[in-house]
Amino acid sequence: MLEVLIFATLNGLVTGFLLFMLASGLTLIFSMMGVLNFAHASFYMLGAYFAYSLSLYFGFWTGLIFAPLIVGALGALVERYGLRKVHASGHVAELVFTFGLAFLIEESIQFFWGRDTKNYQTPDLLDFPLFTLFGQEFSAYRGFMMAISIGIFIALYYVLTKSRVGIIIQAAITHPQTVSNLGHNVPLIFMGVFGVGTALAGLAGVIAGPVLTTFPGMATVLGSIVFVIVIIGGLGSLAGAFIASLLIGLLQSYAIASDVGMPDLLNLLGISFDRSHPLNDLWTMNLPQIAPVLPYLLLVLVLIFRPTGLLGKREE
Amino acid sequence: MALLKKSSIWIAFLVALLGLPLLFDSILAISILNQMAIGIVFALSYNMLLGQGGMLSFGHAVYFGLGGFLSVHALMLIEYETMVFSILWIPLIGGLFGLLAGIFIGSFSTRKAGTVFAMISLGIGELIAASSLIFSSFFGGEAGISGDRTFGPTFFGFDFAQNIEIYYVAAVWAFIATLFTWLFTQTPAGRMANAVRDNPERAEFIGYSSRKVRFISFCASGMFAGIAGGLFALNYEFITEENLNAATSGRVLLMAYIGGLGYFIGPIIGAVVLTLMNSLLSNYSELWMLYLGIMFLLTVMFLPRGFAGFIMMHQVAWVRGNMKMLIKPYIITGIPALLFTACAIVLIEMSHTDDEVFHYLGLALNPASPITWIVILAIAGGAFYATKRSLIQLNDAWETANAIPKEEEA
Amino acid sequence: MKKSQLSSKIFRSFRKPLIAISLVSVAILNSTSSAQEPVRIAFMDPLSGTFASIGNTGLKLLEFAADYYYNSKGGILGGRMIEILPLDNKQSPTETQLQFRRAISEEIQIIFQGNSSAVASTLSQTISRHNRRNPDQEVLQINYSAVDPILTEDNCSFWHFRFDAHANMKLDILTDYIALNPDISRMYIIGQDYSFGQVVSDTTIKLLNEKRPDIEIVGNEFHPIGQVKDFTPYVTKIVSSGADAVVTGNFGADMVSLARSIIDSGLDIPIYTFYAAYDGITATLGESGKNKIRLIHNGVANPLPTEARKQLNRDFKIANPNYDITQPRIVNALQMVVTAMEETQSTDPYDIAIALEDMRFTTIGGEEIWMRGEDHQIFQKLSISVHTDEGVEFDADNSGYGLVTEYQVPLEETIVESSCQMRRPRR
Repeated sequence: MLEVLIFATLNGLVTGFLLFMLASGLTLIFSMMGVLNFAHASFYMLGAYFAYSLSLYFGFWTGLIFAPLIVGALGALVERYGLRKVHASGHVAELVFTFGLAFLIEESIQFFWGRDTKNYQTPDLLDFPLFTLFGQEFSAYRGFMMAISIGIFIALYYVLTKSRVGIIIQAAITHPQTVSNLGHNVPLIFMGVFGVGTALAGLAGVIAGPVLTTFPGMATVLGSIVFVIVIIGGLGSLAGAFIASLLIGLLQSYAIASDVGMPDLLNLLGISFDRSHPLNDLWTMNLPQIAPVLPYLLLVLVLIFRPTGLLGKREE
Repeated sequence: MALLKKSSIWIAFLVALLGLPLLFDSILAISILNQMAIGIVFALSYNMLLGQGGMLSFGHAVYFGLGGFLSVHALMLIEYETMVFSILWIPLIGGLFGLLAGIFIGSFSTRKAGTVFAMISLGIGELIAASSLIFSSFFGGEAGISGDRTFGPTFFGFDFAQNIEIYYVAAVWAFIATLFTWLFTQTPAGRMANAVRDNPERAEFIGYSSRKVRFISFCASGMFAGIAGGLFALNYEFITEENLNAATSGRVLLMAYIGGLGYFIGPIIGAVVLTLMNSLLSNYSELWMLYLGIMFLLTVMFLPRGFAGFIMMHQVAWVRGNMKMLIKPYIITGIPALLFTACAIVLIEMSHTDDEVFHYLGLALNPASPITWIVILAIAGGAFYATKRSLIQLNDAWETANAIPKEEEA
Repeated sequence: MKKSQLSSKIFRSFRKPLIAISLVSVAILNSTSSAQEPVRIAFMDPLSGTFASIGNTGLKLLEFAADYYYNSKGGILGGRMIEILPLDNKQSPTETQLQFRRAISEEIQIIFQGNSSAVASTLSQTISRHNRRNPDQEVLQINYSAVDPILTEDNCSFWHFRFDAHANMKLDILTDYIALNPDISRMYIIGQDYSFGQVVSDTTIKLLNEKRPDIEIVGNEFHPIGQVKDFTPYVTKIVSSGADAVVTGNFGADMVSLARSIIDSGLDIPIYTFYAAYDGITATLGESGKNKIRLIHNGVANPLPTEARKQLNRDFKIANPNYDITQPRIVNALQMVVTAMEETQSTDPYDIAIALEDMRFTTIGGEEIWMRGEDHQIFQKLSISVHTDEGVEFDADNSGYGLVTEYQVPLEETIVESSCQMRRPRR
């Protein structure tokens, strides 16, 4: 039982940190432009595919560096020539635009790369078990994923709170007019933040691609979960996104690892139903089975009881 | 007189609905018409939320699907003779259940509009779609549940075995639903929905609870979505989880948006266009989803008010009798634009084909030869340039057609 | 003046293509009037969207087989060509209904369909209903791949023929094979949470209890289909359960992710599967899956049994370098349907169905296969093959890796009883 607990925690942290890389960009973009970028997970997928293609010719490490840059550049272009144009038509139009963009990116990926699973492998350098605990290996690559994500978190935190750029960005979030009057190019800042946000998503894709498999559905699998995190954490709150990422990662991991379900609860209460009961599906339900739904349940509950999210202040 | 004029539109609509199968009577055409009728009701119900009430929902398929599931269960009850009534009333059952679901979910989700509402709808949508796979005794798992519409009492000798009979049922229901959604926009509740969408504070200030107004729109919208779900159940005689999941919710958003939010006729146009694309385009190209995505993005970027908005843009010119000034510039821009589109499509298709000879518009092209590519690229470039140039003229013509007293449509 | 100039300009620029189009259409008209009307067969599977690669691979094979065996040799039924009409159902039951209506309006009489048992069930129900209501437009369903047993058991239909062994037949052989391995004592079952995954789980448990009561089922897990990002938490449970073998019915990305997570965790145990090959899966598993992944399937993988079968593979590969023959049963199905047409000199679905019942047919692989009349289920040799790169004459995904058959069971031993009570149309 102990080993399950330890590994569930480790797995939850790996997923949580990965989710944070996506959520951080998303929440930054939201706090600047007030737009929820539905295509955010699609940039994550683009990162994985670009890195896959680069790794075929130049190896994994080139992909690790250049794929996020390409994705970031694409993101900046999308902001400059797409979103900015749509911005005039209001928030709904922007949301719908990113919604359509997600659709288009998925189709384009199938157009250029085909629909089958891509053979994107971890680098040989990291192809060894980091440690073995209770007979189960924890691969070095997963350790590497965690290291990168934590590094990004620290860097992001430092840049946003300590550096000059970060202070301008923070100011542009709350007082875009004033910042503009002070002579800063606010549209450029927006474009930069969008580019960096999507580049982070791309980086997440690069490092997740080899372990979570690179296939055209990988954005859909992650897409709405990232939203859930940003909302639960509180829109625009980086710290909230961090807490929510880890929370969701651990929640899902523990739920899968657990073996409890309704039958146990009913036993405890001393109630039993036979299989022909109309609600038999409910009485036989168990926690691992519903693990992927838990984030949505949490989302609805949070929104009902605390619409601003855990650490959010802004409300529309 | 005004009443006559207004009702003449409705009579024309009804005649069109009932007359279409006489013009298009193939099995495929009837099937597409059925889809359109369902799509129209569904898209109208969505527009009630987003277009009129300003509530962006990512889970509207829930009400459509739940209504549909209950309708199929009702069909099953009729089949096993637990209940006996004509299947004509099935959409009403779907609508009632959609309404119930709307009341329950709306009771907590309509407290806030904007992002909070959108995200609750997303969460609820995912929750219900996922639970529908877990509770397979009601939802039938991924294969769904199915009924048979021919077991109910016959209606003037019709047993509804053929799709054309169902089309007439669907057409009448679509007409009723359209009429009632329109009437809803004329009620105080419908008017207040617009007010709350545009400025909730002012609406509150004059004594309306914006939450209550949203709640009423939400419930009505759930009901009409449920009616659409009931029509779906009648048409296909089965329903599965995919009819209440995020993909279906996304599709109805697409329909309403492409058609034109805020215009009553917008969702109708959107439903017709999207149904046609979905059922016809996919027969010609496996890349049709790519084209759909491109079209969608272009619509959002260049026609933010959708097709209906584009048509309504010409109102001023029409009223002033200046439409003929626009016809020629439209043709001059349209021809190179069409040519460019055709070239773009052939380039996309050619890069995706394994065939040695590619047939397109009666031409036999060789995708392996670089000359083919250069020629098409050159034509595309020329057409693009011509389009761009002619746009200036079009713009001028547009200005003059609209200009006389300087008042743009608000 | 200007207007007429413009229109004449337009006309001039369009004249050439117009002439070309009219010439082409004249040519088409001529060709159709001189030759006989083709026999049209619909292929209804996902051709766009997430599952498209599987559908396209099947379509390529059906088109190739029709040309290779019939059209290039003068057609069937005295000179009629076979024409394949691809219908994209996007692996959605709703879309299947739409495409079915399209098939009807195109006067199609035979539909090939394989992917997803949910779609196959919907189609089977729709066809039964349609044929009952429209006796003059009957349609036959050739199911080449959907393996939910119910299709030839409780929900069997006269208009449905299955050319693949169903899940229970496959599991019977698979559990025989597992029972032979004395090293296995703790079995873990994991699958997608839907009907096929549940069939795999229930049947495996039942059969293993009969065949090897000493094997303990240490896990029976269901996960949501297509929604799991990371299988590592599941693998943690597999490891801590002390399992020494895994059975799964997963397909697509769920299969790849599961297998890779198991292998990445350092767990060196056999994984018994249904769909862990081709369409990118073999290439992705590559070296890491070598000798660990085993598949149950019909027919035989490497070494292919006959020269004719090998030649088919080679010729197909020349025509479609990026595709593999993943489902040779499509060829069997086509050949049996054509044989039935030739026998009855008819393309009427009822005649074909009667001729197919209890047909015994020798495939290009040289084995005799049998279409049982009472439930329209095919019986043929079943094999278990291993994922490896040794002794692979015909690889998958051009990766050098492929399947090598380790264990074969002849037709007679695969026969299971059926609960089918078929309602036959009166003639």
